[in-house]
Formats: sequence, C-alpha cells, structure tokens
Amino acid sequence: MADITFARRTPVTTEPRLTRHILIGTVVVLITILLFAPLIAVFAEALRQGAAASVQSLASPDARSAIQLTLTVAAIAVPLNAVFGIAAAWAITKFEFRGKAFLITLIDLPFSVSPVVAGLALVLLFGVNSSLGAWLVANDLKIVFAFPGIVLATMFVTFPFVARELIPVMIEQGRAEEEAALTLGASGWRTFFTVTLPNIRWALLYGVLLCNARAMGEFGAVAVISGKIRGETTTMPIMIEMLYNEYLSVAAFSLAAVLALLALVTLTLKSLLEWRHADVLAATRRH
Amino acid sequence: MNIEIERLAKEFGNARALHPVSLSIPSGALIALLGPSGSGKTTLLRILGGLEFPTSGRVLFDGDDATGLSVQERRAGFVFQHYALFKHMTVFENVAYGLRARKRHERPAEVEIGRRVNQLLDLIQLPDIGPRYTSQLSGGQRQRVALARALAIEPRMLLLDEPFGALDAKVRKELRQGLREIHDRTGLTTVFVTHDQEEAMELADLVVVMSMGRIEQVGKPADIRAEPASDFVRDFTAA
Repeated sequence: MADITFARRTPVTTEPRLTRHILIGTVVVLITILLFAPLIAVFAEALRQGAAASVQSLASPDARSAIQLTLTVAAIAVPLNAVFGIAAAWAITKFEFRGKAFLITLIDLPFSVSPVVAGLALVLLFGVNSSLGAWLVANDLKIVFAFPGIVLATMFVTFPFVARELIPVMIEQGRAEEEAALTLGASGWRTFFTVTLPNIRWALLYGVLLCNARAMGEFGAVAVISGKIRGETTTMPIMIEMLYNEYLSVAAFSLAAVLALLALVTLTLKSLLEWRHADVLAATRRH
Repeated sequence: MNIEIERLAKEFGNARALHPVSLSIPSGALIALLGPSGSGKTTLLRILGGLEFPTSGRVLFDGDDATGLSVQERRAGFVFQHYALFKHMTVFENVAYGLRARKRHERPAEVEIGRRVNQLLDLIQLPDIGPRYTSQLSGGQRQRVALARALAIEPRMLLLDEPFGALDAKVRKELRQGLREIHDRTGLTTVFVTHDQEEAMELADLVVVMSMGRIEQVGKPADIRAEPASDFVRDFTAA
C-alpha cells in the first residue's frame, strides 16, 4: 500500500541533485561557448601583435573616421528613436483609435524585414533612379551613399527597440495615475513629465541601451546605403569587414574590440544605474 | 456646490453605458451611487469629474453649464478605485502634487505648501508619514492619502470610486467613519460609487440606485428600504 505521508526533506520546487547539476552545467557550457569565448577571442586576436600595434591601427585616419561616424550616427539616431518610441508607445497604450493593431504591426516591421532589404528599399526610394532621388540630386541633397542615408538606415533598423520595451510596461501601469494627475489640475505635458516618464524610466533606459547597441553594430542596411566609401561612409562594422577582407586582422580585430567595449560600457552603465537606484526601484515596485 | 445632471447619456461605440439620466445633488450632500457592476455608476462619476464626456445631456455646477469644462477646470477631488497614488513620489509629494501643478502666479510658496500638506496629513490622522513611499503604506493608509491628495486642490466637490473596495471589513468600517467626518468638516458635496448596499445605506444621506445604465430610485436610505421602487431595488438592497 502506498505510504501517504512520505517525507521530503527538500522543498517541493527543488529538483534532484543530478538534474540540477546537468542543467546548471549545460547553461555554463553554452554561455562559455556562445558568449565568453568569442569575446575573449576578439580581444586576444586584437592584441596578438602587442598593444602598440593595436593602438597604432586604431590611430589610422580611416579607423578614427569610422569610430567618429559610428558614434555620431548613434548620437542622432538613438535620441530620435527614443522620442518616436515614447510617442508610439504613449499613443498605443493610453488611447483608443482606429488602426491601432496595424500601427503595432508596423512598429515590428523593421524586426521582420532583413536589414539588407531595408537598405535596398532606401536606395530605391532616395537613389537617382527615383523621382524623389532626382529631385534631391537636383537640389544638391545627398542621402544615398552619404551620412543622412546611414542615419536613416540606422533609425529604420533600430526603430522598434524603445517602443517594444515601453508598450508592455505602459499597458500594465494603465491610465489611473495619469488621470489622477489631470484631476489634480496638471496639464498634459506636466502629467507626462512628472508621472508618465518617471514610471517608465527603467524600461526607457533599457530600450535606449538596446537601441544604442544595435545602432552602433548595424551592418546590413548601412552596408547597402553607405556605398562603403572608405574614410567617408564606413561605420565601424563596415570598416571591420573591409579590414578583415584585406587580411589586416590586427586592425580588424582591434576595431572589433573597440566596438565590443562600447557595448560592454553601455551594459555596465545600466547595471551601475540599477545598483545605485536599487532603493528607489524597490520602493516604487508595484504594490 | 450643487450638481444638476440633465438627461445625461453615454455610449461607448455601440454599447450604452448610460441611458439618459437626470439627477439633482444638493449642495453639501453625501451621495452614494449604488449598483452592480455595469450599472453605469462609475461612468456617471467619471463624467462628473471630467474624465469622460457625455454623448448627450448637460451637467450644471451651481447652475452654470459645466458639460464642456476640462478635467482640470472642474476642480473635482477624485479618489480612484485603487487610489492611483504616484508610486515614485513620497506621501508628501503626492499630497503636494495638486498645489505644485498650479499656474505660477496661483502657486503657493514652498513654506505654504508644506504647511498645507501637513495640515491635510493631520486631517487624515497620519501626521508622520510624509517622507514615506506609498508602497510602504497599508491599504487603509493609502486610501486616506488619496483622500488628502484630492483635498489639497481645495476641490469644489469630492468624487470617490469604490473608496472602500480594496479594504478588509474592519478597516472599511473605520474609514467609513473617517469619510463621514471629513465630509462633515469640509461641507463638500460628495459623491461615492459603491456596489455594497450596506455601505451606501449606512454612510450616505441620499442613495441613488442604478442598474443597466438607468437610475432605478433616488431616496434616503430608510425610504429606499421601506418603499423600494422596483423589484430590482428590493432584491439589491435586501441583503
């Protein structure tokens, strides 16, 4: 007969020791292979001929121009996408209107379309063969194979990040706090800046960081629209590919290491902010 | 301030939330809008507060047409169902919010804001909780803070949406008494929404029984008990 009161010393949610070890082991191995090993390989390859060679390759005019271009593009595209993302998330979560479902789908479009296709579409739209492109050329406005095109392509590809982070958070928070602010006499703008924005700031920060990481790393769309003019329209990822194809592996990996470092800096920044504001985060967590 | 509701109707798309309803709320009264969910009571309250606009009909405040007044212009102290306190602010800042939101020339000085906030915290009998965040408060304390925040704007009326809904029975009784006292001290015309007939009967001067977007009966609690106007009212207030 079955014993009804069979004793378990471990909590019900705990798995047997062997299962735990296998699961944890798998995760450690996967993380090592997929995340740490490639990162270490990049830095090792960059420093293969010593730090001096690496630094020297980064000091070349082309490398410096690539770094500068990438940072400038991110500095323009990320704030604009943050504003657009907030506006889109605000409209979708706080108002009811016709075509809302369509708008949500549209926001996801850049995720589902290959970046190369996006780049090609922009070339078609703004290139000399289109009427818009012809008009732009006639007025001496260069978009394709120039800086504005790179910004446009980057913005297209990174558009969903901020909105995607904000929408679930704003849906969960609902409208009650905004309504409360309005009944207390606050204007729409004041409500936005004193109630909505503080409530979404962590999601916003996370969205901006993801958007930034992707903006700096974007390859496909930019490769098509930039025309890859060395020293002029080559961003860091494109420069890395060019250097690699020319068998200049120290230069390629040095630049790649800088790009990876930029990403690590953003992540560290985020952790730092979360750590410093841990008390406020805990206090404002949902009741 | 007396409130006059004239043939007020509200539709959401094809759904009728309110059939044309008319109601007269005397100045200084404590009124309960009583009904089951979907009866239109919250919609009516939100229209009074300017958070929804009616499809047709008028609202008069002291005889003046207020139908088109914006939510800010109404100066209605509104207490939300789950209080909607600002989570990222301290209790003090929550209560001060309405004063800080005023236009520059109407905004009180910092010292005056502090004085008024502390006065309100005294009124709700929680004088020392100013520096705390709202997540550190109990349900009953939150409700009282929400009340203080609504009173800070020197409202013309007080509107409360299920103010006791999220509280346990013992706290609910205490806070009912608290609301009654605050009402009597401020003399504000007060409208609260509830689905709890006992609460409505015990607390309100005048009870408005609603069902399916219509007003079934308006009367003093004793009169409604003694002479229910319909089977619905009898059933709903029998419990």
